[in-house]
Amino acid sequence: MSGRMRHGWQKSRRSFLRIGSAAAGAVVLARRAAIAGESSPPAESDWTRAVGPGVVDRTYGQPSKFEKDVIRRNVPWLTATSQSSVSFTPLQSLDGIITPNGLFFERYHAGRADVDPRQHRLLIHGLVERPLVLTMDDIVRFPSVSRIHFIECPANGGMEWRGAQLNSLQFTHGMLSCAEWTGVKLSTLLDEVGLKKEAKWVLVEGADAARMNRSLPIEKCLDDCLVVYGQNGEALRPEQGYPLRLLVPGWQGNVNVKWLRRIKVGDAPWFTREETSKYTELMPDGKARGFTWVNEAKSVITFPCPEKPLSAPGRYEVRGLAWSGRGKIKAVDVSFDGGVNWQSAQLQEPILSKALTRFTIPWQWGGQPALLESRVVDETGYVQPTIAQLRKVRGTNPIYHNNSIQTWQVKPDGKVFDVQLG
Amino acid sequence: MLLWPTITAHAAGPGYFGYGKLATPAEIAGWNIDVRGQDGVGLPDGKGTVDHGADVFAQQCATCHGTFGEGEGRYPKLMGGEGTLTGERPEPSVGSYWPYAPTLFDYIDRAMPFISPHTLSADDVYAVVAYILNFNNIVPNDFVADRNSLPKVKMPNRDNFTWQDPRPDTAAKECMKDCTDPKTVKIISSAEGTDLTPRTTGPLDAMTGN
Repeated sequence: MSGRMRHGWQKSRRSFLRIGSAAAGAVVLARRAAIAGESSPPAESDWTRAVGPGVVDRTYGQPSKFEKDVIRRNVPWLTATSQSSVSFTPLQSLDGIITPNGLFFERYHAGRADVDPRQHRLLIHGLVERPLVLTMDDIVRFPSVSRIHFIECPANGGMEWRGAQLNSLQFTHGMLSCAEWTGVKLSTLLDEVGLKKEAKWVLVEGADAARMNRSLPIEKCLDDCLVVYGQNGEALRPEQGYPLRLLVPGWQGNVNVKWLRRIKVGDAPWFTREETSKYTELMPDGKARGFTWVNEAKSVITFPCPEKPLSAPGRYEVRGLAWSGRGKIKAVDVSFDGGVNWQSAQLQEPILSKALTRFTIPWQWGGQPALLESRVVDETGYVQPTIAQLRKVRGTNPIYHNNSIQTWQVKPDGKVFDVQLG
Repeated sequence: MLLWPTITAHAAGPGYFGYGKLATPAEIAGWNIDVRGQDGVGLPDGKGTVDHGADVFAQQCATCHGTFGEGEGRYPKLMGGEGTLTGERPEPSVGSYWPYAPTLFDYIDRAMPFISPHTLSADDVYAVVAYILNFNNIVPNDFVADRNSLPKVKMPNRDNFTWQDPRPDTAAKECMKDCTDPKTVKIISSAEGTDLTPRTTGPLDAMTGN
């Protein structure tokens, strides 16, 4: 306000006060409030009228209560018990490439282990020079690295092999999350124990009630595997393996063993139950593929989607996510007509290896029906296939590794449906 | 395929950091519960008969898996499904799908019974394994499971696995224009109107109406 205006206002204020009528002052204030309430949107709301709670009212911050729909969810009919089951990240409500810790998807084989970090130990033994027992205090002393990587269950989209079943982004694609992981390189730990020359395979085992175990080839272990204790800046959540888990960048979720307690070095794979009875893919000829570790490149449009329909014709930014277990994203193309014609989408920084990558493309929607698809190309040149192309090779019963192009049908009223094209 | 480097000593070398404690043989023995599926390395002392397995199974397993492994409610079936793997609805079970018998020991010992895992003695695990193999018609009634006999059991589906990843196995192209005839683009499947999708707003959907 200019000096002259302020002076004028203060003159009239003083004249009011000189009148000495509290009532007159009260009338003025009441009128100001009324005028504010009448304006649209209200210039005065509950939160602007009253002082809020102070610091450390909540010592661990929470989202606004108005975000209460943004939660992990499950599909009750999918499993016999929630203790051997999966939950789904609400991708439709997230921004950026980082999945907040409280929304990171869960997958348990025997429920969530609530481990006491003071009692937790990591044993590294087998074909090594110096078998070691490490405490958490020992582990955090090793040289630390921090990397952003996705974790995806290979059964993500598994319910769609036979046909479009779940009208939802969360439930068709939500066994997928991405975080910044901090820990020590597995190669550093294997160096510390010293590998014998016969070492070819590693067994990793968790401290949950399933004592879940998987075999990994030594080459991947020495490449980019991490033994991590940090998830997005804080300690791992119990749901993601507190206090320690294995991170196997780009490989199927199941090998990223949570509540990691043992690493055994050997000369042959163990053929555990999880890598024989499960996480193998039955092909149409009756043969099954095992050790299909890598999650191949995949993408999906996150807006619009069934949970986030369009409101009215106009200019929109279509958005989505792309990821590849083989490295970085090279390109994403988007189609609005079910794959007849494609346009290049813009990749959004940062573009990281084996991490979620955002893509966007502007769309002028005139209210017509549309069939939206995204198709990723990764740095190896691999192009994301359609569900028809995948079925031709793998049939309808592999369960895992459905990385096919997702089609969203947009209707003239703006509603969005999960469909498959022939 | 990339050439992997042979295992080389990095600059640091074993014991460079000196963190942790050397594991004693007793410590290792207590932790070392794994059994290799293909050759049974790691199978402990002990043995179990089909008959004793039936008893243990009835007490410890049948509530979820059914008396003869037929499954109970939504809990998994452990038998059946022979000849279904190339069909419309394959039923992979221990007998119709599992490649290796010693894996049964490894898994049951560490992870079962589901609500009280790793509580069976080695003898009882051998017995339960014998029983499961028996009701899958893989071993005779007088079979005794132990560290010598189990690796010799040839599972019917053993040779139907490939352990080398053949992917990429699709050769999609990055076509940009007129990629298909628009007249052939049709919706063959839609999730619209199905009642399988839990709600994605509001509290968790128990879907008890379904």
